[in-house]
This record gives sequence, C-alpha cells and structure tokens, in this order.
Amino acid sequence: MAKFNLKVNGKIRKVDIDPTTPMLWVLRDHLGLVGTKYGCGIAQCGACTIHLNGTAMRSCMLPVSAIGNQEITTIEGLSENGDHPVQKAWLEHDVAQCGYCQAGQIMSAVSLLKNNPNPSDEEIESAMNGNICRCATYTRIKAAIKTAAKK
Amino acid sequence: MTLIKTSYNRRSFLKVSALSGGGFVIGFSMLTGFKPLDKQVEESALREIFNLNSYIKITDKGEITILSPNPEFGQNVRTSMPMIVAEELDVEWQKVIVEQAPYNTQLYGRQFTGGSQSIRQSWKALRTAGATARQMLRQAASQAWNVPLEEITTEAGVLYHKASGKSATYGQMASAAAKIPVPKEVKLKEVKSFKLLNTPQKNVEGEKIVTGKPLFTMDYRVEGMLIAMIVHPPAFGLKLKSFDAASVNKMAGIKDVFSIKVYNDDYAREMFDTRTFNELVIIVGNSTWEVMNAKKKLVAEWEPISTSTEKVSFFGQKRDETIPAGLENTNLHYQKMKEMNEKPAEVLRKDGNPEEAFAKAAQIIERTYTCPFLAHNCMEPMTCFAHVTEDKVFLAAPIQAPEFVERTISARLGIPIEKIDIELLRMGGGFGRRAYGHYMVEAALISQKVKAPIKLIYTREDDMTYGIYRPTYIVTYRAALDANKNLIGFHVKGGGFPESAVHANRFPAGAIDNYLAESWALPTNITIGAFRAPRSNFIAGAEQAFLDELAEVVGKDPIAFRLELLKKAKENPVGKNNDYDASRYMGVLELVREKSDWDSSESKKRNRGVAAYFCHNSYAAHVVELSIKEVQVIVDKVVSAMDCGIVVNPEGAVNMVEGAVIDGIGNALYGNLTFKDGAAEQKNFDKYRIIRHKEAPKSIEVHFVKNEIDPTGLGEPPFPPVMGALANALYKATGKRFYSQPFQPELGKVGG
Ligand code: FES
Ligand code: FES
Repeated sequence: MAKFNLKVNGKIRKVDIDPTTPMLWVLRDHLGLVGTKYGCGIAQCGACTIHLNGTAMRSCMLPVSAIGNQEITTIEGLSENGDHPVQKAWLEHDVAQCGYCQAGQIMSAVSLLKNNPNPSDEEIESAMNGNICRCATYTRIKAAIKTAAKK
Repeated sequence: MTLIKTSYNRRSFLKVSALSGGGFVIGFSMLTGFKPLDKQVEESALREIFNLNSYIKITDKGEITILSPNPEFGQNVRTSMPMIVAEELDVEWQKVIVEQAPYNTQLYGRQFTGGSQSIRQSWKALRTAGATARQMLRQAASQAWNVPLEEITTEAGVLYHKASGKSATYGQMASAAAKIPVPKEVKLKEVKSFKLLNTPQKNVEGEKIVTGKPLFTMDYRVEGMLIAMIVHPPAFGLKLKSFDAASVNKMAGIKDVFSIKVYNDDYAREMFDTRTFNELVIIVGNSTWEVMNAKKKLVAEWEPISTSTEKVSFFGQKRDETIPAGLENTNLHYQKMKEMNEKPAEVLRKDGNPEEAFAKAAQIIERTYTCPFLAHNCMEPMTCFAHVTEDKVFLAAPIQAPEFVERTISARLGIPIEKIDIELLRMGGGFGRRAYGHYMVEAALISQKVKAPIKLIYTREDDMTYGIYRPTYIVTYRAALDANKNLIGFHVKGGGFPESAVHANRFPAGAIDNYLAESWALPTNITIGAFRAPRSNFIAGAEQAFLDELAEVVGKDPIAFRLELLKKAKENPVGKNNDYDASRYMGVLELVREKSDWDSSESKKRNRGVAAYFCHNSYAAHVVELSIKEVQVIVDKVVSAMDCGIVVNPEGAVNMVEGAVIDGIGNALYGNLTFKDGAAEQKNFDKYRIIRHKEAPKSIEVHFVKNEIDPTGLGEPPFPPVMGALANALYKATGKRFYSQPFQPELGKVGG
C-alpha cells in the first residue's frame, strides 16, 4: 500500500493503494469514475483511454505509481456540461450503438484534434486504430471527428 | 384506420389500475434520473404521476414518460420502441422522457432481445398502448367538457375541442383519464398519417453515453459490494480436479475462495442454459485489481472429462445430448468436416430428381466453403451484479433473455420466481452472447455464498475462452448444367460442430426443379450459441459466393442471374415450403442495382461484388467495392438495400446496417478462433483480430425499400450477405475465389 495525491479532472484525489494498481481500476473502483471502461486490460482496445497531461493514454496498463504530478482527465472531466465540441459532434452524428467503447473513442479523438486540428482521413484512421468498436460505428466516428475539427 | 382489440394486455392494465386510482405522489427526482441533461427541471418539485398503462406515465404538470420494454444492447430499441408508443399517443417526442421498463413479463409480455424480433413482435402492443392512452385522455376530455368524443382531437400532447375552443394538456386530463375504464377497442393510425415514425431521431441515451454516465453493469456499484471473478479450466475437455485456496486467500484484499457448480448434475438444461465448465473456482475480494492478481496466482489442477450425456429440454421437448471427451484441435475439425461432407447425409429436402439431373449434366460445378469458430467479444465482458438475501434475489445485468435465466436461477437456488428481481441494464454489446445467462446464475450463487452484494466480472480472457461460440461449419454446393448452360440441378450439403448451417427451404430452393439439401452434425465439447444471425452468418456468404461463380460460368450478370432464378421462384415456385418472398428479395436486388449504379460502364470497371439474403424476416442486398493495397483490403464503398417494412427510426436503422456491414467484413476477413488441445489459441485482442478503424469501409450508403408492411428487424439481416459480397469483390480484385473464412490469411498469400 502507498499513498498518492492524484490530480484528476482538476481536483486532488487521495488514494491509499497497491502502487501497481492500473489507473483504470483506481478510477473505477476507488474514485467512482466509471466512465473509463475496461475492455481488454492489455492496451489493445482503447476502452480505457484517458488523458495524461492532455495526451491520450491507455489506463489499463498504467500503474498509479507512474502518474506523479501529471494531470489526469477522464470522460467525466472533459467538459462541464457534456458540451465539448467532440461530444457535441458525437451527438450530431448519433454515433453510439451499445456505447461501451465511446468514452475511449472520444478521449482518443480529443487528443488527436489537440495535436492535429485538421486531420486527414488517414490521420484519423491511424490515430483511432487502437480503439476497437465491436458494434463497428467507425464510419460515424470518423464523420464526427471531421465535424468537430471544423468547430 | 385499423381497429384493434386491446385485450392483449388486459392484465397489464388491470394491474396498473390499482396504482393509477388517484395517482401517486413522488419527488420528481425519480423522473429526472432518466432525463436527458438539457431537460433538467426543478428537482424538488412534487408531481402526481398517473400510469395510463404500463408503458405510459403522465404527471399532472404534463411530463410524459414512456417505458421501453426490451433490453437494449446497442440496436437502439430504447429509442425506437418508445417512438412507436409516442406516435399513437400523439405527443411531442423531444419532450418525452424514456425509461427502461422494469423486467415484468406480466406487464410487458416478451422482453427478449434477439432474433431481430423486438420491433416486429411488439409493434402492435406498443401502438395499442399509445392509442389506448390517447383514447382514455380523449374520453376524459369529452366527459369534462360534455362534448361528443368524436369531436375531441389531439396534437402534440394537447386535447382540443375546436367548436367550443376548449383545450387541455394531457397532464391536466391525466387524473381523469386514469379513472376511465380501459377501452375494449381502439383505432390505430393510418401509416400515411405517421408524424414521428420514419423520421430520424437520435439515441435517447446519447448524452449519457458521451459524458460517461454509469449505464452499464460494469459500472454498477453499491455500498459494501465485493468483486468476484471466475477461474475456469484452461481448455475444453478439462474439468476442475482440485484447487488450493491457500495459494491466494492470504493475498491483499481477498475475502473468499471457493468453487461452485453452475448447474446441478441432473438438471435438464433449457435453450439458453449452455453448460460450458460446470465447476468454477471463484475468488472474491475487495477490488478488481486485487482479485485479478489472485486469479493469476491461484493453484488449481484440472483433469480430463469423460464422455457424458446431458438432459436437454428445448421448449418442453426432452432429449439427450452427448458431450464427447477429448482435447479438440482446429485442424482435425476441418479434416473431419471434409470427410463427413463426402458421405451421404440426412436429406432435408428433395425436389424433382436431382440424382438424374446430375447424372445427365453436361457440366457440374462443385465448391466447398468453411468457416471457423468465432467469439462474440462483446465490448463489455460478461458481468452481473447480484445481491441474494434470505428472502430475495436481486440481479442487475446485461441480459438478452431474462425470462429464461430467471427460471434457471429459480431452479438452481431453489427460490421462487416471484422473489427474483432483475434490473435490465444497458448492455455493452450482445450479438446473441447475452442470451446465455450462466454468468447471472454464477453471480447469484456467489452472492448467496458470501452473503454480500457482489459484482461478477469476467476478464477479457475469461470472456473469450468461456465458449458459447459461433460454430465452425462446412458446406458444399453442386450445380448441374446442361449443354446450354441451363441450371438443371442444385445440391447443398453441409454440417459442422455441433450443428449444420444448411437452411433447406431458403433460396435457391424453390427456383430449381431438381434440388437436394442434406445435413449432418458432429458433437464437440466446445460450446456454441447464437451469434448475430445464427447459421445464416455462414451459409449466406457461401451460397452467395457460389451463385456468383455459377453466374460467371453460365455467362450472366450476377444480379440478372439471381433475378432470373427469383422470377422463377415467384411465378412458378418448386415445392411448397419456400421460406422467402421472392418479390421482396427481387426488390432489394433491384434497389441495390440502381443505387450502386451497377449497370454503368464506369462502375463495371471497379472491383465489385454483390450478394442478397433473407433471414430474420428482412431482406438485405449489398454491393461491396474494394481495392487491394499490398495485402490490405481497402473497402472503398458499400451500397446496401434493405427491406424491413416500415422503418421506425431511420437514424438508428442506418447506424445498425452500417455496423452490420462492417462487422460482416471484419469477421469474414479476420475473425478466427482456433483450438489447440482444447484451448482457445486467441485469448485477447492481441491475437483475436477485430476489425478496426483503418480496415472499415470508407463509405457506406444505406437505402430502404419503401412500403407499408409492418416492420421487421434489422440487427441481423444485413450481416450475413455482406460476407458474400466481399468474397465476390475480392475475386474481381485478385482473380481468385475465396472459400475459407477468414479470407485475410489467404489474401496474404496471393496478394493483390
Ligand atoms: S482496457 Fe485498456 S486498452 Fe483495452
Ligand atoms: S458502440 Fe458498442 S463497442 Fe462501440
């Protein structure tokens, strides 16, 4: 067990926990932030994507001990009222089917647009390739990213 | 207008009328829990709520809630089912609050998500619920204003009496309407006068999804909840011999280690009670990570199973099923399937004299197709929350078939059904997998044992290696042609582990004078289950690839060739039990031909493949257009034509077809679950290939045949034929026919 002061969605959150615990489970089990999802646990599906200092990162293989001062943002902290341009674009394109992967998709998309405000189709495909959508909403995701890029 | 008797759910009305006597008062927060974010109203405001029937709640302030009966797994019934009620009720859709109905088959009838049946089976009931409530509101207004019922009209949740200029909102009349006896008959709207149906509407839970709200069972949390995981045998054909609880029970956070029997030995399994590994080791602890760690460390011994016979009860029909001993291998499955398909098998259908047709044929075309086992891989792995106390079982779960598992749990725990409560949570995917509720039985047993609320979580590896797969199949098609290349005989023979995918009465049965369908099956200890369009998901692609090859041999355009056969089936059908409507089949082919610009010379130059199929009551046709870069398939465009009758919500319907198209392409190219010595060789997404962003089609166009036929489903029908269209387009691109799924490994060998 070890104590950590984590910066999550702009707040300091204290946990006393096994330092090997992946951030995914710290968020879900200890901080009650369940928007970040478990899909594979081996950094292959992207369901657990969060931002570490604004950059997309898989949280399922990221031990809490590696966080230090870095700022964590989860889907819950992406915007105050669910009105981030990417979230709005997702609604406009009615992207979700089951919805389980979408928090991870959105976190990856936001990170992509931050680094590349006007990505080409190929750039979108590459940046998003680590996020599986088993319901296969890929064409809508791509359209939503393009819409968000225009805003 | 259609006049419809309302007696279908008389019981449900009687049951709620007790509640609706004078309405009951609750805090509005109960409603806001389900409200979209932009519609929050004052939380503290008290409302009187009137249940006009089990689907509709109206408050005195005019808020209207519609309950959606069926479990949601991404097919968007939580939007489309309430839309149907709202249409007949005549309310403003944007203001409607949607809730998941409680699980209660007395109130809602069939609450089953599967077989693409939700809309089809509930169409009348949902319309009637809306129409009945509207009628009661109109009657209340007619009494209040002392005017004839016929003169009361409605519009967007308001009642009007035009002559006197009187009007009232539904909320103002709700109290009086709740006291009106349920009418014996109601009129349903004409399809032509639909205002809401067939207009595109967004997913009612969209905002919650994009903001990460806790919608799923994985997200379910209560005070004092423990986490439970399973450890199952590492291979099919093995069972638990012993385990050493001491190897993990001292680890941090671990509360208990024990084993459970999912079903009792003599239990006659029902349809969805698939018994994969009957004895499981269970680890219970405080947190997911701690239990996961213990799971890796658990010391257990496994031993071979012996061949056994199980009692199975399918809809009251009892039979015995053999579970063979042994550790199975994929290469042997294929070898055995090929051997079996060379022998005569059970004749399912015979028209004319196929033997003679083949004997006198000038040319015989014979092709064999195979496919592997597939894992569903729902994005949210199997999971269930359970809290079992002395007098009650409460479960919250992603489940497609609650009615079935409720019976199973009742039998297994010895607790009457009335004491079992199931909350239907949004599923992180289903695809058929979640009709098999063993994980709910397991969760209930675990909670009962540890006397605490628990959440059972499967790891991805558990989920992928637990069984209940799409079976591995083989099929051989033979066509007999005369000297003029007329199709004079057709023969389909297929089988698999442990079932065959041959549908004897589907097209092209009915279109060919001399026809033979044969089938066989071999037992396996690898468990199987429904997977998005069971059996069709293989046979459609094979059949459509064969017809394509046949069209080429006889020198005809693939669409024209199919239409010719269908014309014969329509005008002069062979046999009686043909399981399709040839005109609707032709309809989707004609639509896809038009929309894909099939006949233009420009389009002919591209690598296109076509396929059409009918299953689960709807018709689908696709044209896939692709190119190949090195060994990577780039699907440039897919044009789809569907006939599912009236399209309830085009937005959701198009999304569903797009998903099915991509899923079909993904499975046909990459989907593959193989076995070595009984163990699945793919245990997670590093080895099991799911289609990803880069591999998805660049564009998908979806078109619907316009008609006024009662709606049928869309979750499954577009899925099977796309595999055939893909195979046919691959042939155009490579000059090579693809017979064995997945296609990608073969493509790697031939290149582009
Ligand atoms: S759960 Fe982290 S990538 Fe799949
Ligand atoms: S929407 Fe279901 S997995 Fe993406």
